[in-house]
Amino acid sequence: MSLLSVNNLGKAYRTYTSELQRVARWFGLPVKPSEEHWVLQHLSFNIEAGEAIGIVGQNGAGKSTLLKMITGTLQPTEGHVQVNGRIAAILELGMGFTPDLTGRQNVYHAAGLMGFNSEQIDEIIDDIAAFAEIGSYFDDAVRTYSSGMQMRVAFAVATAFRPDILIVDEALSVGDSYFQHKSFERIREFQRQGTTLLIVSHDRGSIQALCDRAILLEKGTVIKDGNPEEVMDFYNALIAEKENSKVEVRELEDGSLQTRSGSGEASIGAVTLHNAAGERIEFASVGEPVSLRVQTQINIPIPELVVGYMIKDRLGQPVFGTNTHHLGCTLHDLQAGETPGYSFNFIANLGVGSYSVAVALHTTDSHLARNYEWVDLTLVFNVVNISQGEFVGLAWIPPTVECHR
Amino acid sequence: MLELFRSLWGYRGFVFSSIRNEFSARFSRSRLGGLWMIINPLAQVAIYALVLSNVLAAKLPGIENKYAYALYLMAGILAWSLFAEIIGRCLTLFIDQGNLMKKMRFPRITLPVIVVGSCLLNYLLLFVALLVVFALLGQWPQWQMLWLIPLTVVVTALAVGLGLIIGVLNVFIRDVGQVIPILLQIWFWFTPVVYPLNIIPDEYKGYMAMNPMFPIVSAYHDVLVYARAPDMQSIALTAAIALVLLGLGLFMFRRAAPEMVDVL
Repeated sequence: MSLLSVNNLGKAYRTYTSELQRVARWFGLPVKPSEEHWVLQHLSFNIEAGEAIGIVGQNGAGKSTLLKMITGTLQPTEGHVQVNGRIAAILELGMGFTPDLTGRQNVYHAAGLMGFNSEQIDEIIDDIAAFAEIGSYFDDAVRTYSSGMQMRVAFAVATAFRPDILIVDEALSVGDSYFQHKSFERIREFQRQGTTLLIVSHDRGSIQALCDRAILLEKGTVIKDGNPEEVMDFYNALIAEKENSKVEVRELEDGSLQTRSGSGEASIGAVTLHNAAGERIEFASVGEPVSLRVQTQINIPIPELVVGYMIKDRLGQPVFGTNTHHLGCTLHDLQAGETPGYSFNFIANLGVGSYSVAVALHTTDSHLARNYEWVDLTLVFNVVNISQGEFVGLAWIPPTVECHR
Repeated sequence: MLELFRSLWGYRGFVFSSIRNEFSARFSRSRLGGLWMIINPLAQVAIYALVLSNVLAAKLPGIENKYAYALYLMAGILAWSLFAEIIGRCLTLFIDQGNLMKKMRFPRITLPVIVVGSCLLNYLLLFVALLVVFALLGQWPQWQMLWLIPLTVVVTALAVGLGLIIGVLNVFIRDVGQVIPILLQIWFWFTPVVYPLNIIPDEYKGYMAMNPMFPIVSAYHDVLVYARAPDMQSIALTAAIALVLLGLGLFMFRRAAPEMVDVL
């Protein structure tokens, strides 16, 4: 039995020509709504204990509607959500706080709202106070708190009991960076103890760092459900996709998925990595000067061309990216048939591991304006350590050392 | 239905703390604090007693006390204020708590229960103040006052039933929120709270029977002012109406609850 199972879930907002018709419906009269606006439809997925799932999607894709139905504040129009455990959400911190009451009183009240009785709260009230770290303010009126202190107390209550499913809004900021680390540590601790995380985010970094699965919502349906890197690539391509360009996903020989999108005025040819001697390589050694060569082809005359690339680690986290706009090498007034070639020369100051390169052709400084073509995983190369001392990490930052005794 | 009460029981801590918070928040920054809980109703009752009796000097037939009219008025007000307060608060309850309902998952039924709890507490304080003023005016507590317990239950049930119905409707049809206070005003003047029944011309007295609050207010008069048992038959009728409305209110509440969040 899954921890959470969402079955053919749908939500429609209904409008009636007269509200009296709605009332008549409660009494069983067969009245048809004048309009049904479906914000979510045909959603099905299962979530098991201990998973960490990122829910991504553009504004209006239905993320919050889905979460509201999972938490139970919103009732589905069709299908159902089955939850076998307790859900806690840290989306709306500080709901139900009364400014004139003390932090302690508000904690009792807020925990009561979560369904705990006062004996249960008695047991953990000291932990909550200790976690919030606001000292004697805990017994002062919440009205005198700074917003950061209020957040601390609210977060401490919301996570006082370990839930089976924890819903986290990534945009949530819990005050200062010290407390942010602390609250994140608690979330990770819950995860280690078997809590399933549902994280809503736009941020590729946090989704890939925290989640082992991502679900992409678009126009009220799940359009992709899989490993975070692939889903985020698809999502980025989706954002970039303006006008009537298309997104295409192709499976590479090693089984990973490559996303190619764009409107097609220009396309990306061979992308290769070369050493100082100009030989094509697949392995670069740490600190070696290398050259990333990108061949492009212009299909239709375009006024401007910018080439960008991004080096990502094996988890898909961006390591370094830039483009010819920032490098001061934007080309103008290109004719069909031209094949501009680029060489990006840099020192491979990277840690040992496997890296991939994504390349994009666009205008101005980002691919959001016009996206001619975007290809993920155009090139995969490895960095090996031949000549340097032992080190760990993503980057090669060679230090010198001075030692005093 | 059983589930409804079970979830309510599970959230009893929340209900109590909500009621307590409401009161403590109301008085938390005043010097006299909780004393205001008594002073307020006391002052309200005392003003009625002094002003109306001395200035208007109205006397009720059949009572020797100089303050007879004040006693009569206060008894009626006690009943009406409970009724009107519950209805008034239920009317905007779901709209006021809309944000909470949208963001948190908890049994919705706790909301009207909290309202009833805090209104009953107010009522109790008003009653204590009323006893004090009655004693000062020479009317001592007597056994007939025990009738107030079932009477309170009936008036509460009537008010909650009506309150739930209009509260739910008000979420979808906001005009309800505008029209109900007017109707309540009219209803107030069609109930003998500030005037004695005998000033109504005989040919209109029959219409009073259609007013479910009439037997209630009359019973409060009987019990508190005349120290006699109320008319059971008319009370039973009002109790039946209250029960039907309460059932209808709960039914509508349960039907509307999933849709309420959609439009709030």
